[in-house]
Amino acid sequence: MTDSLRRVWGLVYRHLALYRRSPPRVIELMYWPILQMIVWGFMTTYLAGVQNNVASAAAGVLLGGVLLWEAALRSQMGFSISFLEEIWSRNLGHIFVSPLRPGELVAGLMAMSVLRTLIGVVPAILLAWLLYAFNVFDMGPAMVLFFTALILMGWAVALGCTSLILRYGAGAESLAWSVLFGIAPFAAVFYPVSTLPGWLQPIALSLPAAHVFEGMRAALMEGRVAWGHLAAAYALNALWLAGTAWLFMRQLQQARTRGALLNIGE
Amino acid sequence: MREVTQALIVENLVKSYAADRPPAVDGLSFTLARGQTLGLLGGNGAGKTTTIAMLLGLLVPTSGRITALGHDMATDRFAALARMNFSSPYISLPHRISVRENLTVYGHLYNVAGLKRRIAELAEELQLTDFIDRPAGELSAGQKTRVALAKALINTPELLLLDEPTASLDPDTGDWVRTGIERYREATGCAILLASHNMGEVERLCGHVLMLKQGRVVDEGAPSDLVARYGREDLEQVFLDIARGTRVGEAA
Repeated sequence: MTDSLRRVWGLVYRHLALYRRSPPRVIELMYWPILQMIVWGFMTTYLAGVQNNVASAAAGVLLGGVLLWEAALRSQMGFSISFLEEIWSRNLGHIFVSPLRPGELVAGLMAMSVLRTLIGVVPAILLAWLLYAFNVFDMGPAMVLFFTALILMGWAVALGCTSLILRYGAGAESLAWSVLFGIAPFAAVFYPVSTLPGWLQPIALSLPAAHVFEGMRAALMEGRVAWGHLAAAYALNALWLAGTAWLFMRQLQQARTRGALLNIGE
Repeated sequence: MREVTQALIVENLVKSYAADRPPAVDGLSFTLARGQTLGLLGGNGAGKTTTIAMLLGLLVPTSGRITALGHDMATDRFAALARMNFSSPYISLPHRISVRENLTVYGHLYNVAGLKRRIAELAEELQLTDFIDRPAGELSAGQKTRVALAKALINTPELLLLDEPTASLDPDTGDWVRTGIERYREATGCAILLASHNMGEVERLCGHVLMLKQGRVVDEGAPSDLVARYGREDLEQVFLDIARGTRVGEAA
């Protein structure tokens, strides 16, 4: 293991040790995705009963939307909340005076984000299959690309949130829970981008998630991979990640200049 | 080649938080040789915490230069941080995970070779064995201080920054910690920068002290020299003279 990987592992180990000793944290990771799946599962069952053909196709789209959106949500929250855990435990000072580089800190938070996403979303995927006979893998191998694109978008948003926490302190921590909900109406999770008013559509199409969900609908309803949307999602993710990574590094440097790292918990 | 013998070189360090306020640290310069302990003394707001934060790279100086273990902290701080460490009662270790897990985390962050062996050594030396598998948050103040010291020594640092290492400890535990610090310095030749309000501790551990007031060094010297120069019985009285401005010491 290289020195850099070992430092990243050190940060991941810290969080794994925390989860090992705190079962409520693990349960909380699974709670919301499962709850969402149950609510939307019954909704789609009801819709399928009311209007058979169209609604059963829509049911798959809704459940697919729920599962994929949870991946973005859990990815973003997994990153942001792992950072907040360091603030809550007043440990950030030790982290920032260790040899852990900012890039390694981000890599450790991304690794935790993936782990938290898997713990949260995999039970919901199983539940969708067991209770509602919805198999997300019916979308084919492209499903992995959809999930990956949404995890990347979650990281980009989380880097933005973490930058705001560095700028405004723990007072900005509610963003870790709320920011992605604000994006959801424009991300075309449950309806096509074309449903939105014309002036909103360019905004929606600037979100990687909107392209992922357009691609998901093409896969589920037309049985094809919308490569154009997938490519757009990844290109936008690259732009978003570059922008928010720059913002994060800038806010970190400014926090070091202002002395904010000394009292970021306040 | 002063970097070879000087663990820390601070040159004309200034930190100003706002243009309309006086600098928190104003033109601080000093050196700390390997194997020596330097005391940083001053009342609240004198600039000790700001200085330590700059030495650790947690705070960017407005101007001036810090060279730690031969590395410029402005451009090469991670190389220095790998060979330094720090302890403060004001920064916690994660409470929910065990002492062993905490030390493992920091062992990985500092790339400590033979980590299990190093943790066992520290557990033995600092008497952590009885509670090493308990969550850090369940420990007494004295136990937490020993754990914080173990974390600070995990990478066998060549430069150790200690901020109030015995704050809130009973005299027995405080003495025990001071003995541990002395033993570590003698065994490794580590340079130590100590910020403390415990004047007895400073007299015992430090070969040289800097008296800070409003971000500036107002006097410095060996504790015994300062006591003699001020015509006082101990360093605490010298501290009070300087803090209250009741007597101005001669230039060092």
